[in-house]
Amino acid sequence: MTTETTKEIPEAAAVPPPGVAPAPKASHGHRRLLTRRDRITLGFMAGLPTILHIALVWVTAFASIALAFTTWDGIGFDSIQWVGLQNFKELFEQNPQFWPAVQHNVIWFVVLIAIPTPLGLFLAVQLDKKIRFSRVYQTAFFLPVVLSMAVIGFVWQLIYNPDTGLINSIIGANEPGKYIDWIGDPDLNLWAILIAASWRHTGYMMILYLAGLKGVDPSLREASALDGANEWQTFKNVIFPTLRPTNTVVLVVTIIEALRAFDLVFVFNKGAEGTELLSILVTNNIIGESSRIGYGSAIAVVLLLISLVVIIPYLVATFRKERRA
Amino acid sequence: MHDLSPSGLALPAPSRRTLLRGIGGAAVLGAGIPLLSACGGSGTAADPKTVSLGSKASDPVPKKAFADIYAAYKKKSGITVDVNTKDSNTFQEQINSYLQGTPDDVFTWFAGYRMQFFAAKGLATPIDDVWQTIGANFPEAMQKLSKGEDGKYYFVPLYTYPWAVFYRKSVFAQYGYEVPTTWDDFVALCKQMQKDKLVPMAFGDKDAWPALGTFDQINFRQNGYDFHVELMAGKASWTDAKVRKVFDLWAEILPYHQEGAVGRTWQDAAQTLASKKAGMYILGTFVAQQFTDKAALDDLDFFAFPEIDPAYGQDTVEAPTDGFMMSKSPKNKAEAVKLLEYLGTPDAEDIYLKSDPSVVHASSKADTSSYTAIQKKAYDMISGAKSLTQFMDRDSRPDFTSTVMQPALQKFIRDPKGVDSLLSSIERQKKTIFAQS
Repeated sequence: MTTETTKEIPEAAAVPPPGVAPAPKASHGHRRLLTRRDRITLGFMAGLPTILHIALVWVTAFASIALAFTTWDGIGFDSIQWVGLQNFKELFEQNPQFWPAVQHNVIWFVVLIAIPTPLGLFLAVQLDKKIRFSRVYQTAFFLPVVLSMAVIGFVWQLIYNPDTGLINSIIGANEPGKYIDWIGDPDLNLWAILIAASWRHTGYMMILYLAGLKGVDPSLREASALDGANEWQTFKNVIFPTLRPTNTVVLVVTIIEALRAFDLVFVFNKGAEGTELLSILVTNNIIGESSRIGYGSAIAVVLLLISLVVIIPYLVATFRKERRA
Repeated sequence: MHDLSPSGLALPAPSRRTLLRGIGGAAVLGAGIPLLSACGGSGTAADPKTVSLGSKASDPVPKKAFADIYAAYKKKSGITVDVNTKDSNTFQEQINSYLQGTPDDVFTWFAGYRMQFFAAKGLATPIDDVWQTIGANFPEAMQKLSKGEDGKYYFVPLYTYPWAVFYRKSVFAQYGYEVPTTWDDFVALCKQMQKDKLVPMAFGDKDAWPALGTFDQINFRQNGYDFHVELMAGKASWTDAKVRKVFDLWAEILPYHQEGAVGRTWQDAAQTLASKKAGMYILGTFVAQQFTDKAALDDLDFFAFPEIDPAYGQDTVEAPTDGFMMSKSPKNKAEAVKLLEYLGTPDAEDIYLKSDPSVVHASSKADTSSYTAIQKKAYDMISGAKSLTQFMDRDSRPDFTSTVMQPALQKFIRDPKGVDSLLSSIERQKKTIFAQS
């Protein structure tokens, strides 16, 4: 309860000014202040991004959706053929990689939210205590986030390579009979990759939470200390609830990470059995010597639909909150 | 701006290219990357003293060998070959948008179905005029291999190399092994090697294509060349008992393959053979590139994949052929023609082979006196073959082999028992892919 009221105070305080400012006066000012040149400049500033946005986001998205109902090898436009739902039927019924890919995208999300996210929060809370060498730890944990996913893929391959990699060399699992194939074994490879992904995601989450924790009003801590709460109680009942906006960001970021997961796997084993992902299937079908652009687009549309299922509830919740405000 | 300067012939092309690039970039998720990179080579094209050439030869050995040819050509003609090298896998993945964008005048490519595909799509220039000059340099099999479906020439072959079973002479001598010529001998040898604590067959399928080669070998030994062609063209059924038999035979020798193949690159597998931990390795002669030690290279030898059905014996050799094509509307066509004429000479091939002795001449006139023992053997094997195949993904639709066959064979290697459902899945997917234009 207390947190909600504290949260609403700034919002309530922020709302009145625009209401108070008398609208008619503002429009008078507009007419006097804006010259023709200003209007053209403004038109460019607003228009150009709009055109770019429409061309690069909306046209692309709708073109992909339209292409999902065709077959096209990407060479000339006369080879586009309308096939209706054929691509989707083939995808759902015949493609042996499709359902594993959907499943792996979901696993990717669940793992990221279940392991590196709490870990990142834990690290952030520890670092927030202004312990010695805090900056050093912070840098160390954040370092993987600075690296590109592809580089992370190469680094972890040195660890997972079944013949010469670090793990197998240390535990002697690169000999016949005791062989552990981290990259090729479909029961192992997804988890091996997820460890690498988590390694990076933890640092990412840590930074987000650290920023969130810096924003927590110190007087809240003082108050809870005065009330005699121990550290865990303070965290659970006071600090964590104030991190609610951060949690929303974390959730959104993690969903995006899970849906766009691609580079790490592509470097690791190109999405071979065990690590199939929707993004990789899209790429494999669209980029190639004789592309199946229609079929690849159909997979992209499925990915889009899954994203929408996630995004729409988020947007609805956000709009509802705004209306209430 | 450079669109205006060349001859009138080149004028209509840029508008179409720009259109395709624009629409393609907007319409196709992900295709923007290759399209962007395709723009790179366009800047210098107006120079009449330069021919641009897109190359997939990114590995150090072939890269230098190609560079030597272009350097020799520059000395001879004064024309600079502006080479635009890309990682070979990337080059292949992007070839589609590359050829539709602003490709280089000449580009490196493969013979067979993959050359014919782009020729049929109008993305390459027919080079019958080049072949009037170079035709006599090549045997009939190579001439046939260089033609598109329309009977025109589109391809200048440079070199070729066979697939076979590689081994080290010293290992065979040490254990007293003999080269197997029949399937039963082959299986017996595998068993013996395992007893001797060797990995009978090195194997790495992380890149997903090496297993295609093993399939080809067993398939045309068991079912013959004609069936290979039918199967690759999508005419024969993958649920046919003949195909099932191939997988049965493969499953028989699969236990003698190196463990964990799906996690290993072919380069790493080759190291197992080089370090004498493995007894044999089915691959192309390019495996020799991994033998950096001269003594080890001299110790390397190979034999043709053993006979399975006596009706076909060992009469088919898988011999992928690499060479050059001319793009749809080269900026400097006159010089591109001259360059291709040079690349079709035995001289150019000699220069290439000097730096990359893992392959053999495509030309029948080239100098074979400096051949190593392996090259001589490879040359004899190819010239003695009744039929030459390319490679599964060069003899069939690449979209079929890359999206269906590569994952399917990786699955088979891991789980040979599920072959029946695997084959019916391949057949279903094949039907829809081959039904497309």
